[in-house]
Amino acid sequence: MGTAMESTMAGNIMRVLKDYSGLFVQGIGFTLLLAFIAVTFGTIFGTFVALLKMSSNKIASFIGTAYIELFRNTPLLLQLYIFMFLLPEIGINLSPFAAVSVGLVLNTTAYISEIIRSGIQSVDHGQTEAARSLGLSHVQTLRMVVLPQAMKNILPALANEFVTDIKETSLASTFFVGDLMTTYRTINGATFLTLEPLFIAGVIYFVLSFTLSKLVAYLERRLRA
Amino acid sequence: MIKFEHISKRFGSLEVLKDVTQQVSQNEIVSLIGPSGSGKSTLLRCMNLLEVPSSGRILFKGEDITAKGVNINTHRQKMGMVFQHFNVFPHMTVEKNITMAPVNVKKMDKEKAHIKAMELLDRVGLKDKADVKPVKLSGGQKQRLAIVRAMAMEPEVMLFDEPTSALDPEMVGEVLEVIKDLAKTGMTMMIVTHEMGFAKEISDRVFFMNNGVIAEAGTPGKIFEEPDNDRLKEFLSKVL
Repeated sequence: MGTAMESTMAGNIMRVLKDYSGLFVQGIGFTLLLAFIAVTFGTIFGTFVALLKMSSNKIASFIGTAYIELFRNTPLLLQLYIFMFLLPEIGINLSPFAAVSVGLVLNTTAYISEIIRSGIQSVDHGQTEAARSLGLSHVQTLRMVVLPQAMKNILPALANEFVTDIKETSLASTFFVGDLMTTYRTINGATFLTLEPLFIAGVIYFVLSFTLSKLVAYLERRLRA
Repeated sequence: MIKFEHISKRFGSLEVLKDVTQQVSQNEIVSLIGPSGSGKSTLLRCMNLLEVPSSGRILFKGEDITAKGVNINTHRQKMGMVFQHFNVFPHMTVEKNITMAPVNVKKMDKEKAHIKAMELLDRVGLKDKADVKPVKLSGGQKQRLAIVRAMAMEPEVMLFDEPTSALDPEMVGEVLEVIKDLAKTGMTMMIVTHEMGFAKEISDRVFFMNNGVIAEAGTPGKIFEEPDNDRLKEFLSKVL
């Protein structure tokens, strides 16, 4: 019985792979694309939010802090639902993919802004003082002295955020946006197979995450050396 | 050249400077001595507003730099500062450490800045280190680099905040030599130091600080040989 089931399952996996390989490739593509969009725009906005939070202006600092806390202390899935329903409500009609992207970017922004803030604060304050004493402006100091040194801490953490986002994007399949979990749902709907496509998707997620994590760890060692 | 009037500085409930008034003239070399926590470094850091005084004002060449709306960056260009912990930029080569501010702040031509940097490095015996990163330098070399980095901006005043306190004893001499050479050029200087012999030798005047005030100010001869203040006498008996 056991061997019969195993062989059926192995057969099914082979069959799913054969019939739906294109769909898996597409799923990987969308998953990587979503993670890439989230981290790229999250880095741009995250830098801005980090600077807001570190601002000596109390109102700016409060806005930055409030943003970060709001997005980090509510579930991503809930945020995605809200954007899905809120955006049309306020007259912005986006495709599900675009709406999910917006949600992921805003969520990732909160996490990345903390990465950037801690990266900046890891740079010895004496560096800022030396730069300012030479007559560099606040912005010049940040750009030429603080950020280049903070990068050593920020880059590996950003890459790790990318790996995290690859897994987080699976929540986006709730809205059928074409990511790897959407691939599973499509195959499940067409073949009524559950475990087989799940296993395949799981292996793909694992290989993506594991490889990239190892790559990041390697990069981190190189940066520290 | 620098006048500071009724400077007070509070950190929370702690009053670090209490109504300090003094001045430093052009070409004058002033050392600030005194026990730890007496406010020497804080006073020095007020001169280029790395610390903003809680009250009082600072006049640099007659202009009130503590006034609202003053662009402090333009004044800082004329005030070089050297720190206890060097604060050289580790991600730049020695040469870039020196040319960065002149090129970006004073918009000096890159080639000109480079020639100037090499001249300065030659003066402090670091010419062969131009292309290395500071991590390859000893403490004394880092501090010499920090001094010429400040000099490259062609400042009118140099502020030294315990420039030898973080150095191995055998490296103190080389850094003091560089400061003495600088003194010979007529540079106006304020030096916070624990090196009493050096302060005595180099200074035109010495400020003895205690408990947030300048308790006694005078020539090195007066301060070290005939001190009036009891706390200064006690201090000297311990450090000399």
